[in-house]
Amino acid sequence: MLSNIGSILVLLILSLSLLIIHNAYLEIKTNNQLIKKRIYNLSLFQTTFTILSFFTLILGFIYSDFSIVNVYENSHTAKPLFYKIAGTWGNHEGSLLLWINILVLFSYLFLIFNQQHDKKFRLYTLIFQNFLILGFVIFLLLNSNPFSSIYPVPLEGLGLNPILQDPALAIHPPLLYIGFVGCSIYFSAAIASILSEYNGKQFALSIKSWVQISWVFQTVGITVGSIWAYYELGWGGFWFWDPVENASLLPWFAISALMHSIMVLEKRNSLYEWVIILCLSTFILSVTGTFLVRSGILNSVHTFASDPSRGLYILFFLSLMIFTSLIIFFKKRKKENYNFNSNSKETFILANNWFMVFFLATVLIGTLYPIFLDVLTDIKVSVGPPFYNIVIIPLVIPFLILMTLGPKFSWINSKKEKLYKTLYVLLGAIIINLFLFYLFGNYGLYANLILIAATFLILHSILDAKKSIKNKKRFEYSRIISHLGFGLLVFFIGINHQHSVETDFNLKIGETKILNNYELFFENIKIEQNKNYKSVVGEFKITELKKKNIQYLNPEIRIYANPETLTYEAAIKSKISSDLYLTMSNVSRSDFYNIKFQNKPFMIWIWISAFMIALGGFVQLLQKKNES
Amino acid sequence: MTLRKIIIIYFFLFTSLQSDEINPELIEIYKNLRCLICQGQSIADSNSDFASTIKLVVLDQIKEGKTKDEIYAFLISKYGEWIVYQPSFNKGTILLWFLPYFIFIAGGLIIFLIIRKSKKNKVN
Amino acid sequence: MKVNFLKIIIFSFVIFFLLIFWLGLKKDNSYNTKNLIGHRISSFQLPSIHNNDLISDEVLKQNQFTLINFFASWCAPCRIEHQYLIKIANQNKNVKILGINFKDKKINALDFLSKLGDPYNFVAEDPDGKASILFGTYGIPESILINKELNIIKKIIGPIDQKQFEEILKLTQ
Repeated sequence: MLSNIGSILVLLILSLSLLIIHNAYLEIKTNNQLIKKRIYNLSLFQTTFTILSFFTLILGFIYSDFSIVNVYENSHTAKPLFYKIAGTWGNHEGSLLLWINILVLFSYLFLIFNQQHDKKFRLYTLIFQNFLILGFVIFLLLNSNPFSSIYPVPLEGLGLNPILQDPALAIHPPLLYIGFVGCSIYFSAAIASILSEYNGKQFALSIKSWVQISWVFQTVGITVGSIWAYYELGWGGFWFWDPVENASLLPWFAISALMHSIMVLEKRNSLYEWVIILCLSTFILSVTGTFLVRSGILNSVHTFASDPSRGLYILFFLSLMIFTSLIIFFKKRKKENYNFNSNSKETFILANNWFMVFFLATVLIGTLYPIFLDVLTDIKVSVGPPFYNIVIIPLVIPFLILMTLGPKFSWINSKKEKLYKTLYVLLGAIIINLFLFYLFGNYGLYANLILIAATFLILHSILDAKKSIKNKKRFEYSRIISHLGFGLLVFFIGINHQHSVETDFNLKIGETKILNNYELFFENIKIEQNKNYKSVVGEFKITELKKKNIQYLNPEIRIYANPETLTYEAAIKSKISSDLYLTMSNVSRSDFYNIKFQNKPFMIWIWISAFMIALGGFVQLLQKKNES
Repeated sequence: MTLRKIIIIYFFLFTSLQSDEINPELIEIYKNLRCLICQGQSIADSNSDFASTIKLVVLDQIKEGKTKDEIYAFLISKYGEWIVYQPSFNKGTILLWFLPYFIFIAGGLIIFLIIRKSKKNKVN
Repeated sequence: MKVNFLKIIIFSFVIFFLLIFWLGLKKDNSYNTKNLIGHRISSFQLPSIHNNDLISDEVLKQNQFTLINFFASWCAPCRIEHQYLIKIANQNKNVKILGINFKDKKINALDFLSKLGDPYNFVAEDPDGKASILFGTYGIPESILINKELNIIKKIIGPIDQKQFEEILKLTQ
């Protein structure tokens, strides 16, 4: 029954999209200044039915209704309730329904929160957003229906992958989707803006909050994903430049560039074309990312079960999106006159965009290159972390410096003297740092430069913060928080990378391994039986040689029954100064266990810095509400 | 004053850091090798059979005194280019390494031209 | 004029990208077996499982063709392909079969052969699996067909099935 309800609701959403498009189009032709109540109602109904359909699927998971294929394939009666619910979006079809929910919700919210804006603009946005909704709903119905039913009804489900049974991973998709999918609304708004020849500054004001919301959620979503990877996947890393990770990073670069350019559009009514291009590119990148992840074209730890027919449909949809936006853009664009002063804030914002485009291009090229090479020449290459590190790291240095200097410049012209004073003071700080680094570390040139540049940004932001609080310049808080967060992030990642201690060796029960700074004693193995898994627990005593303190760490090998999987749970002791990280796996057909022991400095600070970046955006979002 | 406080904090930070463990190059090599039967994991991260065998082979070769480039070359001759995460620099991968910088330079050029044009506009 | 040129470039790029994506969907993402065909196998020296002798690549030069088969007693698919190995040993005198016992115990391997039949002209042992890397294998079962010059003619990843069995016979006429 739930299956039928769900399917009906989805058909209703489809019909409503068509009705909305039709009504909105007619409405554009009329001369009324206000939008007819009917369109609001249609949109409200659409939102209601969409949320209901998602709720229906959740109910299916909660009550283990295995007549629904999706529930059968992804759930199990023995699953804890929280993970039954999270299972709703932890699969391809369910996550698609979540996409549609966000598309519809944002469509409605944009409509009602932009009443002070031009009617034509709002209606066109509604129309194009609904075209997107239509595309996804048709995809859902034709190819990936979460409500398709199975008969006879199986007695038990196939279970959810145990690796996905984790709180961080449960909230990671919804967070990320608000970012990914949220940018659909300003994609539609950008097309609408071109078609209705809307004023640039007004356009910027209409989408500003939406850009901020999608950016904050994207940042948090990526961070939570990394935290999950660190705590759950057992390799001690948090970013692998894996194609799926890259797919989430690409829109992030575009949205970050957009966050900055929008300021120029709002304050100086300039860069209109570029902002439009960014708005269009962001959602195009999101859908491209979805294509890469769900079509099976790439090889990755993260991919959903892949299916080429999905890939074909998404590719088709992506092509439609790109061609439509390109054609409309070229047909109706207007020439723009740029009026920049070379030592003004606009130039620095342009510089930010310049670097963001570079980072984006690098990640895009690195991710796509293996595909292109394979298709064109049949050669298989791997592009992994070394490539990204080598290409990106050198340019992070000037980026950090520009990030520090940029905010100092005012909008039109800056006094040069003010600048020299600040630079002078900070240059002194840099020299002191150099001195310290050479005392304590033995880094390469790039590591040194990065840490110096990051410190420059950090120091500057702290001094700025003091000044802003003193002068009560509230509007600067968000920028300072985000920039400080970014500086701290680069700083802590840099140190973590340089000073992480990683070892890999084989050990038998009862043996001791002596390292430079630690002594590991493999005490024992204990076997435990839990609710839905059996675990082999290793008991290790770790002595830090210099300080003589002792820790006990218990990594596990978990054997799940439904489906039959093996996972390796790392034992992690997180402290303020560093994390101790221990994983154990058995070497097949031997008494040896393969042990990976790591000491990773400042891990917690990396997470805190990343959240701080998002916090800045969140603060800015709240501020806007206060102002208006 | 603030500056002094911050320097003291830095000093503190660095005292908790440690010297490298024996053979950090080994881990670097493990991280650069791809586990071919896994879905996107390095030899360092993978717990598979294949990964543990490769680790043994790499260990042996290091003991024999081979450099990491020699080890990579050996494995590439057996399994192909894709076993190494750092793409080599040959005519197949030139575009990969140069395109990002090309885009960077192009971007810089565009901005430079825009600013120059706007200066001209101002003069007029 | 300039803008039209730009438009053409952008549209061409987009079409190119989408085309590659489409072609990429059709490509098979699995193991790359082609890179070794035509190459000579490396020299090796492995202890025999039956006696104290060492088996080396020199010995294989005497054969018209050699099928090098990686197997183990604990490997289920190896049992399934074993029948084809026996058939090849019986039907084709041009092919000699070298078995390499991968990460196994001698007792178990000998037991396996006594129970399921011994198609191998030689059996070498590879207790830690390192030799398999010399041959560029990923796991077991895997088989490599080489000729008199020790060049690789065919590489089979996974158990030998009927089709591959027939192909081996054809290649070794």
